[in-house]
Amino acid sequence: MTAIEMVASDAVPDESSGEREIEFRDALREAMSEEMRRDARVFLIGEEVAQYNGAYKVSRGMADEFGERRVIDTPISESGFAGMAIGAAMMGLRPIVEFMSWSFSLVAADPILNNAPKMLYMSGGQFGCPIVFRGNDGAGGQLGSTHSWAVEGLYSNVPGVKIAIPSCPYDAKGLLKTAIRDDDPVFFLESERMLSMKGPVPEQEYLIPFGKAIVRRAGRDCTIASWGRPVNFCLEAADALAKDGIECEVIDLRTIRPLDLDSVVHSVRKTNCCVVVDQSWPFGSPGSELAARVHAACFDDLDNFVHRVHSADVPTPYASNLEQEYLPNARRICEAVRHATYRA
Amino acid sequence: MPITKVFSTEIERISILDEHGKFDEKLGKGLIPDKDLVKLYEAMVACRHLDEVAFRLQRSGRMGTYPQNMGQEANSLGAAYALANDDWLVPCYRENCGLFWRGVPMEMVLLHWMGDERGNAIPRELFCTPLAIPIGTQMLHATGLAWAAKYRGEKRIACTFFGDGATSEGDFHEACNFAANLDIPVIFFCQNNFWAISVPGKIQCSAPTLAQRAVAYGMKTVQCDGNDLFAVVKCVRDAAEFTRSTGKPHFIEGVTYRLGDHTTADDARRYRDAAEVEMWKTRDPITRLRAFMKERKLWDDSKEGSLKERVEKEVAAAVERAETIAAPNRTDFFDSMYAEIPEDLRLQRDSTQTHGLGENPSQLDGVEVRKLDHPEHAH
Repeated sequence: MTAIEMVASDAVPDESSGEREIEFRDALREAMSEEMRRDARVFLIGEEVAQYNGAYKVSRGMADEFGERRVIDTPISESGFAGMAIGAAMMGLRPIVEFMSWSFSLVAADPILNNAPKMLYMSGGQFGCPIVFRGNDGAGGQLGSTHSWAVEGLYSNVPGVKIAIPSCPYDAKGLLKTAIRDDDPVFFLESERMLSMKGPVPEQEYLIPFGKAIVRRAGRDCTIASWGRPVNFCLEAADALAKDGIECEVIDLRTIRPLDLDSVVHSVRKTNCCVVVDQSWPFGSPGSELAARVHAACFDDLDNFVHRVHSADVPTPYASNLEQEYLPNARRICEAVRHATYRA
Repeated sequence: MPITKVFSTEIERISILDEHGKFDEKLGKGLIPDKDLVKLYEAMVACRHLDEVAFRLQRSGRMGTYPQNMGQEANSLGAAYALANDDWLVPCYRENCGLFWRGVPMEMVLLHWMGDERGNAIPRELFCTPLAIPIGTQMLHATGLAWAAKYRGEKRIACTFFGDGATSEGDFHEACNFAANLDIPVIFFCQNNFWAISVPGKIQCSAPTLAQRAVAYGMKTVQCDGNDLFAVVKCVRDAAEFTRSTGKPHFIEGVTYRLGDHTTADDARRYRDAAEVEMWKTRDPITRLRAFMKERKLWDDSKEGSLKERVEKEVAAAVERAETIAAPNRTDFFDSMYAEIPEDLRLQRDSTQTHGLGENPSQLDGVEVRKLDHPEHAH
């Protein structure tokens, strides 16, 4: 086996370069396939990933290209393949573990929370766990409460993990490539509702660094900070608010751990107003963490307390209209911004 | 014929040197050369002495908790002896003897139980994973280690240890299912000591053997007398040869008994019959092997006397090293969290604040704070 050195990408193409638009799921597959071509230590393991091309067709064609040795169908046994991936990573491989849904990772809590993030620490630096755990996160469109977990609310509390959560196809590819090259365990949170979303994705190699937010829309009146699918709700809300003369600056954090507080602070010092939008439940969430940090860092800059928009503090409803109402949707974001800017 | 038999099986039990001292020449001849046998015996005696010393350290407040290995030494020792030195040993916490045989320094195990994680930093070239205290997690890791060895085209296999209680955990079943279905070269070594703390074996498994649990996964399996070093060596050697040549897993049930408490935190006299313990003392792997060696003129009382002296010195020196190691630095716990320390964790380390993450200047007095980067803009 030849170890392949990390190649720094020279020119990072931006989202608008080139005309090609592909689906979120294809962006994910391109990231995995490119990294598997580049590094023989990388492999994909999970339920239905090989013969069936993935329950959501994310791994379409990968078994044909890489063979069953590197694209591995497993028994229905999340704790089993998550735990096994830890052993493989301790032996120097770089597993990509697909959870059909992050909701199913709950039965693998011991390996993913109690082993992987602590292995380096507990072995005194002897064994790292460079594993990407990835899959669908959050409400997936009438999947019911057991299949709709936004696990960032639970998992971001655990030291030792990194959490990446893309909001568009461009980020899905660039962040996943970074995740696969990362030497620590990465939880990569996708969304079933975004898999068919199309967006510009350049064909050239690019990586998106962790811990570096991006400003999706510039504005002077209110900072809206979010990550993952809800960033799209924020942009929708910002469009609506602009019609009423409220200009929002929408910041996409891209990763929850590490969390790019600086970019949010930089924006809040300009807008003096901040709304945090998070699809997890409100109590002890990444959103409450960011709000607390913004309060501490921008205590003298804020004209109002940081407003938070979360999913409602109830299990994800099954009914379509209730699921929409439950999520931190554009209407609820608009309300929060109007209150935060005293224009309610 | 409307009813046919679709499957039947038998479980073999291997015993070579039985508790009455009877030696099966056919199975046992040439299995362990005499000079190795002496060293293996000495290793068990050293491990047993460490157990006694560790128990006293705990009782005198010099160690937190300690699980004695007493009575089970032959299982991990026989395995470590039979395996190649670069096969993975993936222990739980009653495999001291095998770990020491592999080369793990005694003071690392002492440090572990004294509550110092430096005891877990086993050098990689020893191919031993740290002691796994949660029940069952290590079986999946072993399966992954063995799978990765196979993926890389290496001949290395893994051998993982666990108790009878662990066979009730989901992890055990998921690991067995994986290893059997995906052809993974791992040996599952169950040390059946009949007691999961105070829970007797009959509550873990209503089948007559634990070895037969493997049958349901289509895995080769055997039961051996785990207090018989010869039987353990034979079973592990055969299993390793099978596993290495076929890439498939193998199960071994070592029937043994812990002569001590589960750990220093319980008192086994409260839940076990004294008669049962006395009966198992007559099956002790150390006294059994000593009698055999004396009979074969490999051992005598004067050798025993000088061994005792050597072992006392060796263990005392290990205790000394474990107790005199400098305390870890206050900020050491930040260092192995990530491959590279993230900025907010660096601030926690350098400021000692976990609540100063908002860069409040008064909390970060004297700490270097990274300058604000201008965020990237889309389009």
